[in-house]
Amino acid sequence: MIKKFFKSNNLKGWLYLLPAILFLGVFMVYPLIDVFVYSFEEGYNSASQTYFGTGTYNYSYVLHDPYFLQAIKNTFILVIITVPLSTGLALLISLGLTSIPRLRGMLQTIYFLPYVTNTLAVGLVFMILFKKTAYSDGLINLLISFFGGSTVDFIEGPYWAKMFVLCFYTVWVVLPFKILILTSALSSVNPVYYNAARVDGTSRFRTFARITLPMISPMIFYLVITGFIGAFKAYSDVVALFGTNLNAAEMNTIVGYVYDMLYGDSGGYPSYASAAAIILFAIVLTITCINLLVSKKKTM
Amino acid sequence: MKVVLQNLTKKFPARGRKNRGEVIAVNDFSFEIPDGKLIGLLGPSGCGKSTTLNLISGLVKPTSGRIFFGEDDVTELPPEHRGIGLVFQNYALYPHLTVRQNILFPLQNLKGKDRLSKETMEKKAAEAAALVQIEELMDRRPAELSGGQQQRVAIARALVKMPKVLLLDEPLSNLDARLRLQTREEIRRIQRETGITTIFVTHDQEEAMSISDRIVLMKDGVIQQIDKPQEVYDDPVNLFVAKFLGTPPINVFDGRVESGRLFLGKEAVLDVAGVSDREVYAGIRPEGFWLREDGPLCCALSGVEVMGRDISVVSMHAASQNPVIRSIIGTENKVDTDAPFVRFALKPNKVFLFDKETEERITF
Repeated sequence: MIKKFFKSNNLKGWLYLLPAILFLGVFMVYPLIDVFVYSFEEGYNSASQTYFGTGTYNYSYVLHDPYFLQAIKNTFILVIITVPLSTGLALLISLGLTSIPRLRGMLQTIYFLPYVTNTLAVGLVFMILFKKTAYSDGLINLLISFFGGSTVDFIEGPYWAKMFVLCFYTVWVVLPFKILILTSALSSVNPVYYNAARVDGTSRFRTFARITLPMISPMIFYLVITGFIGAFKAYSDVVALFGTNLNAAEMNTIVGYVYDMLYGDSGGYPSYASAAAIILFAIVLTITCINLLVSKKKTM
Repeated sequence: MKVVLQNLTKKFPARGRKNRGEVIAVNDFSFEIPDGKLIGLLGPSGCGKSTTLNLISGLVKPTSGRIFFGEDDVTELPPEHRGIGLVFQNYALYPHLTVRQNILFPLQNLKGKDRLSKETMEKKAAEAAALVQIEELMDRRPAELSGGQQQRVAIARALVKMPKVLLLDEPLSNLDARLRLQTREEIRRIQRETGITTIFVTHDQEEAMSISDRIVLMKDGVIQQIDKPQEVYDDPVNLFVAKFLGTPPINVFDGRVESGRLFLGKEAVLDVAGVSDREVYAGIRPEGFWLREDGPLCCALSGVEVMGRDISVVSMHAASQNPVIRSIIGTENKVDTDAPFVRFALKPNKVFLFDKETEERITF
């Protein structure tokens, strides 16, 4: 009987998958469903495990909460600025790297360093660079005043300055991975295509636009999609730069809002947190679907 | 457009710790390719034939020497200004573009006064497609084509700008045997129809023999012989050339010339008047044997292969350098397959003598 059970390839396959299915089920699928359920339970109390009723009140509350609207605005600004900017910059740097074979290895390592550096440590460094205190203006402000500008407090000053620091930081942090992916994509393009283009007298720009770009487009789409998802989930970077009281700093993100609703000073509302999380999920899902549709159309 | 190479040399610098010496890929090449001819650059792998092609295309710069297209010195010109069409070994068709877009690609690069209208481009692309007979494939992508069809598209793309010189790098090596036969006829036809001076690289002697007007046979970056295919076959300058051409290959024997007669082992097999006494290599083409009962060359018979058109007699001889001797004789001959020995007489014009030291040809 047991022998027969093991002989069946089908069952064997399921057996191998079992550990993964169990873990994913317990720690991913069940919580996901749970969050979905919470988001419709009004006034859920995690201590007494009671709630008043079910309905869409949580969503309505969250969508009318000015802090959440601020968080959505911040997140969208962050996504729209950093994803195209970082992908474009990474492409430029990768092109540069592939066209200078000599120092490529060393430069690649240097460009990759931010990727292996701790987010909080880097956030602190950024804070020191940009922060204006009673004792020092910070390095960036010193530079600005050196060139004759007026100093700005990037960490506790105006909204645009804080957003600039956040975007700058995000681009800087995500660049290494993108450069890594794009340099390998670029070097996987068979050089014979470039020779063929050269013999036909193709201009450099046209070679790039008509040959290089289409050939690495799957990788670019991959980076854009993961970039969108990553930027929508931004949280720890913001904390590293602006501290934990993000609502007061007007710099909260959607994930930050979810965290605050659960554990923050004004927290203890798992229902609102769940509703916000589901809204984030819906946004990311929609954007990813649009991305996939566009990339399918392009490559077909 | 005639192509002239003058003392062309290409050295590649030493690379890495393992190969310290520089590599001379092409060593002092000088030859002239007449206008409108089809030239086969032939040689074993690594003999520098692809480098020669790349030098002519301009993708590789020569270490020294000059290249002329007609009267123009093109040595310093980049590939795009030389007016060449190049077909790569793996065709290098742009995979994301359709056949039509691939063929149009070189035309769309033309700028300024050479710029073509859309209609002219379409017309030229259609002409090129018609020449290689791929009109019905224009909207497909390279991945949807067979190897032979891809090859045609690559040729069409190379021809669409009407190059002065067409260069083909191992054009047939990625095709299967049957397609190879067909395609080489096709290349010959296209070359005749367009009259474009064409140079192609191959390591397959049969390919080179069958379609070239001239063969340039190379070894280790040095030209061995340049001539019409039949001349190279009938009149090889050295042992390497004799061995490289012909299927089945030439039979090589250790021999000795004594008082005007060629000895293979103890038997005097041929009169070679005027050759001084010395050790030689004797090369005998497979078709250079007569089956004769009183023939001077006695070989141990190991088998007979009937190939329909003729018979291949497989035998052995102590002085033979090849493991077996293959001789091709007409079907009118009857070979007693049970006999232990077979006796041959030799056709003098199919026997070549080479100096044992220099391996150069000794005429007689």
